[in-house]
Amino acid sequence: MGFRQGHVWRSIFRVGLPSDRRGRLRVVLANFFLHLHPTKVPRSGIRLTYTFCLGGLSAFLFVLLTVTGVFLMFYYVPDTGRAYADMKDIGYVVPFGRVMRAAHRWAAHGMVVTVILHMTRVFLTGSYKPPREFNWVVGVTLLVLTLLLSFTGYLLPWDQLAYWAITVGTNMAAAAPVVGHEGPFGHPAGARVDSDLRYLLLGGTTVGQNALLRFYVLHCVALPLAAVVLMGVHFWRVRKDGGISRPL
Amino acid sequence: MGTGTGEVMVETWPHLVFIELLAMLICTVAIGAFSLVVEAPLESIANPGYTPPIAKAPWYFVGLQELLVWFDPWIAGVIVPGVIILGLMAVPYLDREPDHVGLWSPRRRPVAWSIFIFGLALWFGLIAVGTWDRGPHWAWYWPWESWDVEKPPVATTTDLPPWVGIPAVLGYVAGGIALPAVIRPGFRRRLGWPRYLLVTALLLGMLAVPLKIAICLGLDVHYVLVTPWFNL
Repeated sequence: MGFRQGHVWRSIFRVGLPSDRRGRLRVVLANFFLHLHPTKVPRSGIRLTYTFCLGGLSAFLFVLLTVTGVFLMFYYVPDTGRAYADMKDIGYVVPFGRVMRAAHRWAAHGMVVTVILHMTRVFLTGSYKPPREFNWVVGVTLLVLTLLLSFTGYLLPWDQLAYWAITVGTNMAAAAPVVGHEGPFGHPAGARVDSDLRYLLLGGTTVGQNALLRFYVLHCVALPLAAVVLMGVHFWRVRKDGGISRPL
Repeated sequence: MGTGTGEVMVETWPHLVFIELLAMLICTVAIGAFSLVVEAPLESIANPGYTPPIAKAPWYFVGLQELLVWFDPWIAGVIVPGVIILGLMAVPYLDREPDHVGLWSPRRRPVAWSIFIFGLALWFGLIAVGTWDRGPHWAWYWPWESWDVEKPPVATTTDLPPWVGIPAVLGYVAGGIALPAVIRPGFRRRLGWPRYLLVTALLLGMLAVPLKIAICLGLDVHYVLVTPWFNL
């Protein structure tokens, strides 16, 4: 009682819960997280059967993945000598470790699905058309980042599934034209087994300690940072390019 | 953006914020409940000395792995994903029809819808085959077949002779580029030559994937065209 009129509460929220139209507009403008949105949106644009919440769900799954991922980082060391033992500890010793790892895994699969479905929705509703062309390009880049995030995370458990899936996957890089030592025009271009694209990815000729460290750093730092920046651009462009698409 | 179209506008709070909150809650509960019931997989410790009979990529890349049966690795693993990504990025610059934004309207955009759904079906069809129909050594195993039954890996080594392969590839490319312009001259005129060539190249590339698979299966050949530098 009185607390919501008090100094501390008002310093945090500025405007209280809205009771009239003016308040409903102000509450969106005055909140950092809500200011992502315009104060008013077209009714047809937010119909559930128009967007199916797919873009929002993709972003939210990224948040869930960040939370569960940070939790896992406290218990996991990217050292080939102990990574697998850390996975066992997370599964059997760490409180809530098993469910946090499962949530991280399933949310990652979920995000790949929602991002693909979001792209499908945007294509089928023609929402990439002018003036939104460039934001579609940003979106495709975010799809690629989502796949790379998922792929780099795949190696970290350091089990047979991880090891051989990444071996198969990175062997593709050795087959790349020009920059892979097994690919067409690789040899004339100077790509050797210890100087080609796969070597760059793995930090070696096979999946080992360097590969685990590279994938870990990419997975936990480089790729999430890139994704956050591009998501910022993506959301900002939605607003700048005319808001959520709707019949013109 | 103005509301000159007479669009009904509603306040973000509560209309949109409420939907978002609900979506986030449902998503959190769904992921949480599923994670309590289904554990994340963890196999035995990585062992570089023991190659398992089958190593599948993560499911979203299994389609590309399935393509390794039909194409050389540099096509399946590098060219195909590269062209898909660049082709997707090019979409808004190739589609010159500015109308029908913001509608689920297959009838108004039949060509665009057909192409996209065909590509999507191809991508997920390959994933389904690679996930459920492939067993040890990437041989064909129906989902109800045991992997303990030995099957020889697919090993077709016959290639089409160059006097068939070269005209076939050239004919496919030339015919594929010419055909839409002949049937629908307006389509080519609307796009202009550079854009038209890019669109047909991307479409021919996409169609080449199922076509090559059909040729491999139907004629029991491995390569359509063999050159000293690369094979198709």
